Amino acid sequence: MRVAVAKTYKLYVGGAFVRSESGRHDVVEGTNVPRGSRKDVRDAVKAARKAQAGWARKTAYNRGQVLYRAAEALEARAGELAAPADVGAAVDLLVHYAGWTDKLHAVLGTINPVAAPFLSLSTPEPTGVVAVLCGADDALAQVVGALAAPLAAGNAVVVALPERAPLAGLDLGEVLGVSDVPGGVVNLLSGRAAELVPALAAHRDVNAILDATNDPALAVDVDTLASESLKRVIRGDQSPLQRLEALTELRTVWHPIGA
Amino acid sequence: MSETTTAPTTNGHAPAAAGAGRAPLRWEYSPAPESTGHVRLRERYGHFIGGEFVEPADGAYAPTVNPATEEPLAEVAQAGKADVARAVAAARAAQAGWAALPGLERGKYVFRIARLIQERARELAIVETLDGGKPIKESRDLDIPLAAAHFFYYAGWADKLSYALPGPGAITPRGVVGQVVPWNFPLLMAAWKLAPALATGNTAVLKPADTTPLTALLLAEILQEADLPPGVVNILPGDGRAGAALVRAEGIDKVAFTGSTAVGREIQAALAGKDIGLTLELGGKSANIVFEDAALDQAVEGIVQGIFFNQGHVCCAGSRLLVQESVAEQVVDRLWARMQTLRVGDPLDKNTDVGAINSAAQLARIGELVGAGVEEGAGLRQVACALPEKGFWFAPALFTEASPAHRISREEIFGPVLAITTFRTHAEAVEKANNSNYGLAAGIWTDKGSKAFEVAAQLQAGVVWQNTYNHFDPTAAFGGFKESGFGREGGAAGLRPYVRQEA
Repeated sequence: MRVAVAKTYKLYVGGAFVRSESGRHDVVEGTNVPRGSRKDVRDAVKAARKAQAGWARKTAYNRGQVLYRAAEALEARAGELAAPADVGAAVDLLVHYAGWTDKLHAVLGTINPVAAPFLSLSTPEPTGVVAVLCGADDALAQVVGALAAPLAAGNAVVVALPERAPLAGLDLGEVLGVSDVPGGVVNLLSGRAAELVPALAAHRDVNAILDATNDPALAVDVDTLASESLKRVIRGDQSPLQRLEALTELRTVWHPIGA
Repeated sequence: MSETTTAPTTNGHAPAAAGAGRAPLRWEYSPAPESTGHVRLRERYGHFIGGEFVEPADGAYAPTVNPATEEPLAEVAQAGKADVARAVAAARAAQAGWAALPGLERGKYVFRIARLIQERARELAIVETLDGGKPIKESRDLDIPLAAAHFFYYAGWADKLSYALPGPGAITPRGVVGQVVPWNFPLLMAAWKLAPALATGNTAVLKPADTTPLTALLLAEILQEADLPPGVVNILPGDGRAGAALVRAEGIDKVAFTGSTAVGREIQAALAGKDIGLTLELGGKSANIVFEDAALDQAVEGIVQGIFFNQGHVCCAGSRLLVQESVAEQVVDRLWARMQTLRVGDPLDKNTDVGAINSAAQLARIGELVGAGVEEGAGLRQVACALPEKGFWFAPALFTEASPAHRISREEIFGPVLAITTFRTHAEAVEKANNSNYGLAAGIWTDKGSKAFEVAAQLQAGVVWQNTYNHFDPTAAFGGFKESGFGREGGAAGLRPYVRQEA
């Protein structure tokens, strides 16, 4: 008889699979899951910051292809995931957002007919590092939907995975790890929201927070901590474009016209 | 072919009239031919109708030849009216089901097409070069990757049409579209046509050019591999008669044509009074304007890229060089020196810059216009390089003192021939640039950004390149002013011709 080899779930930080530096775990969904710490949050934000500029610098077409490649990889590994049921929806979200990368400018950007001899154009630019706060029981498709929007817009993300259902999200890391998403662009943390969320909301090198927790009490804490470094906070039911718009900064450039 | 050469004859590598006083680069290249080993062409290609290759109704086939060797590559069906009717019926039958698919699902098919083109990129590039004569470095680095990029880009629009086409009215596809594409960028033009049509829920009948049908037929195989529902895309090779039948066929809801202005005019007249959407991407005689403050070496590269890219078989080719008088001599000297280093010959050689002229007919047309230029008094210089014995070839050439009245300044040569004239002031440059029935593209070379935008705003051209030339991208609209046609391809604007939107 063959003895099965059990899987050790790990965090996904900077393109590597790591245990929590705290050495702690919780038993979630019947298995040991790393309990991310404030230090893990700091490491993840650092990795995200390091990776973000390179991700944003890629052409929009290239970023679209990378997200599409992630969709391909996810579809191909549907059977291996902890929650195969909603993989299809998650794949479709990745495909949808893959198509956004090179269309944001056409939809959100403008040429401004200013009343002076200047070419004035406003273009959407990524906000930077985005913390994604998942609801405690969010399914894979919700996690993917929350992290794909910032990625499509050229941001790097640090995701606090669903506290009570982190396995699908940790599996997603293994898919992204073998797709073409550069290490550090996506960082996935499991653990207790009470520890991870304040650390992310207070971190001064986080530019925006996508709060998908749907928790009004938590919202007060998140907003209060976010105000310290004026993070953008996005929450509530939003269309993909609303999310993309909220996760970008509009940059207006002026250039003279004349001989 | 014109052998009239007023220039000093050289061995084709040494700059003869290098005015810049720099030591000429002299080196020889060993042949570096791309292997055709893994290309497997069929002996015969039928029409692609209803998802399958079928025999032409009247059994007509014609060979397609390699213009670099004049050797036949394959036999290709030639569409007649019965084939057109059959293809339109297949497209009609497929249209409702295709349009009823959710945008995301339709998009997924188009994404598949993009991926399969990427997977078969090498094969497609080789066949494009064999069939059309363009240098392998261009088909490999531009035609095929851009074709894939167009499908990828429009795939992503399929579920986002309301963002591209804002307004309260419901968006519906046109229906069945008839599309006729030229021989200069065969697969790329097919992609420009098909990608937005499919993303918006139309079905299509596409006619590739008679001298370059093969990559469209390989695309048909790709569509099969992508499991595209039968009838959504139908491909009918044939000559101008097939195209004429297609655009006039019963049951076509929209026509898209890329080709000559003369044929575009005929199509518009033929569709008069019918509620049929029409977009035309026609000829050009685009001005490439070099100001005295430009970085001249870069400008010379841009001039070369503008007119010798794809043997000048480019509708937006920078075929008129307008150069400011104060730097004219310098620019022409440097350009002439640079032209000596162009490598003309085997299109499959990875070092080749200028390949074969696409057909004997096109070579004759170039020769006729160049002859007219000499007759009308412009100064011809043609590079004296060795040319292969078989095939269709035209060595890169330029005309100095090309007056705006000369035919070489007014008519599209569609070959590697540049007409040069000078100007003194901005106003004169703009006036000369706009002195054309065409209005497709223009180039501006200056180190002063404010001037570049000032001049760009005054040019009657659908595309203006500043300090670059011949750049294309799926996200950027392309199309002409004036008699260069109407409608745009690329960008969100490229979707609009393929939909109806309630007022």
